[in-house]
Amino acid sequence: MKIRYLVFALIIFSIASLFIGVSSISIFDIFRLNDDQVQILLISRFPRLISILIAGASMSICGLIMQQLSRNKFVSPTTAGTMDSARLGILVAMLLFASASSLQKMLVAFVFALLGTFIFMSILEKIKFKDAIFIPLVGLMFGNIINAIATFFAYRYDLIQNMSSWLLGDFSMIMRGRFELMYISIPLMVLAFLFANKFTIAGMGEDFSKNLGLNYRQVVNTGLIIVALVTASVVLTVGMIPFLGLIIPNIVTIYQGDHLRNSLIHTALLGAVFVLFCDILGRVIIYPYEIPISLTVGVIGSGIFIYLLLRRRAYGL
Amino acid sequence: MVMVKSVSKKYGEKKVIENVSVKIKKGKITSFIGPNGAGKSTLLSMISRLIENDEGEIYIDNQNIKKSKSNQLAKKISILKQSNHINLKLTIRELVSFGRFPYSKGRLTEEDWKYVDEAIRYMDLEEIQYKYLDELSGGQRQRAFIAMVIAQDTEYILLDEPLNNLDMKHSVQIMKTLRRLVDELGKTVVIVIHDINFASVYSDYIVALKDGKIVREGATHEMINREVLREIYDMDMQIQEDMNCNKICLYFA
Repeated sequence: MKIRYLVFALIIFSIASLFIGVSSISIFDIFRLNDDQVQILLISRFPRLISILIAGASMSICGLIMQQLSRNKFVSPTTAGTMDSARLGILVAMLLFASASSLQKMLVAFVFALLGTFIFMSILEKIKFKDAIFIPLVGLMFGNIINAIATFFAYRYDLIQNMSSWLLGDFSMIMRGRFELMYISIPLMVLAFLFANKFTIAGMGEDFSKNLGLNYRQVVNTGLIIVALVTASVVLTVGMIPFLGLIIPNIVTIYQGDHLRNSLIHTALLGAVFVLFCDILGRVIIYPYEIPISLTVGVIGSGIFIYLLLRRRAYGL
Repeated sequence: MVMVKSVSKKYGEKKVIENVSVKIKKGKITSFIGPNGAGKSTLLSMISRLIENDEGEIYIDNQNIKKSKSNQLAKKISILKQSNHINLKLTIRELVSFGRFPYSKGRLTEEDWKYVDEAIRYMDLEEIQYKYLDELSGGQRQRAFIAMVIAQDTEYILLDEPLNNLDMKHSVQIMKTLRRLVDELGKTVVIVIHDINFASVYSDYIVALKDGKIVREGATHEMINREVLREIYDMDMQIQEDMNCNKICLYFA
């Protein structure tokens, strides 16, 4: 797959995304929009598009970084407890500060996501049995434990409904003023590009990194901070988007290899295209109603995930 | 010269290396031999700063490695550990280019690429340089890693059991390459090796460890000796000379 095909798909889907919705705006009216239509574009459609692009690209990059650093193709924010930890963090923020601002919530969610991922990575180091499938299972169990804690507190403080809204990833609530927090992912993605070589070397192991004079710990920590910050901001604004960080990097790796210098841009683009596609699908299937993104991505993503698992034996993934 | 001065290392309560001092001469192949669990790999890892020694000091060209920057050391000394577990989809060329990381931090200059090309040519990998590591045989992969170390262009090259999992033909190939690195490029090579006969035929100097201590060390022809080997391995070996006057130990029956 060439980059220009991905860019082409991205542009086509982006335009489609802008002009699909309950209130009809036609692309042919683009030069004679009335005020209402301009408002809809500015308040709802553009924020939605931007948040989809950022979420798709950044969550896929997070998955790629995690897979590289943990040296396991099946580790991602979904399968390492990162998302669940971020969610617990949002809950804690709401309990501690009665009227927490988005920024406060995000910071607490970030701390939790970082901590959760850190715990998972240290479990990884301790485990002797390094089967490729076993490790994400541990991560899923770990995530479920955190989830259970969150549910317990949410139940006690009557926040279950509130919490389930972060469980479901959904772009329909994205509007101007509610998604700007996601911009934080953009500098983080740039940072990921700058660290591409270092992440790749760190993926070869601690001894290998030290031999080349690379500060292994520092690189791993940078990667985990990027992952935790991105995840926290996405979970807070959009909700959980399962499997994204898992399937996109794996697909890209098949044709681009494991050198992050070659695979990062593809991963970001394919992630954005995939989420855009799923979002458009979710908006069209039961038009004028919507299916939340976590459902469409979840269904399509789990299908691809199963395919990757089965394929694993043939290709020694 | 590498100087190890009364170095010790403990894992928990168990001492794996106890008060070891050794000098490694420039421009030679030095082999660390000894039974399993003697501490050979640990010593090699300490010299290359992969693990820290608890006591004692290690000097590389009169510089204490604990006081040197890791990045500076990466231009002086390189280590290749057993690498069979690395299963990344990287091409040989990409792997070899990592050898230039200490110099260019990933933004390779034209000069860096010259080193990469040279290393690939030196290891005779030109035809397969765009193949992925996971498509290679064990011998090709080992050559690819050695090419990376050559691109790293360090004076000292340390290898931990470089012949592990290789068949006879590839083992000979690797050992001949190491010999060439020393004879042609003037490198200093240190290896941990189990096959006593490879140590005998290819190395200049042998250091024998047992239970975390050095039991014997000396030039190869002194070390390949019935009494010395009995002391190291607790077994009796016959020693014969082959046509090229290499000493071969027979211990199979």
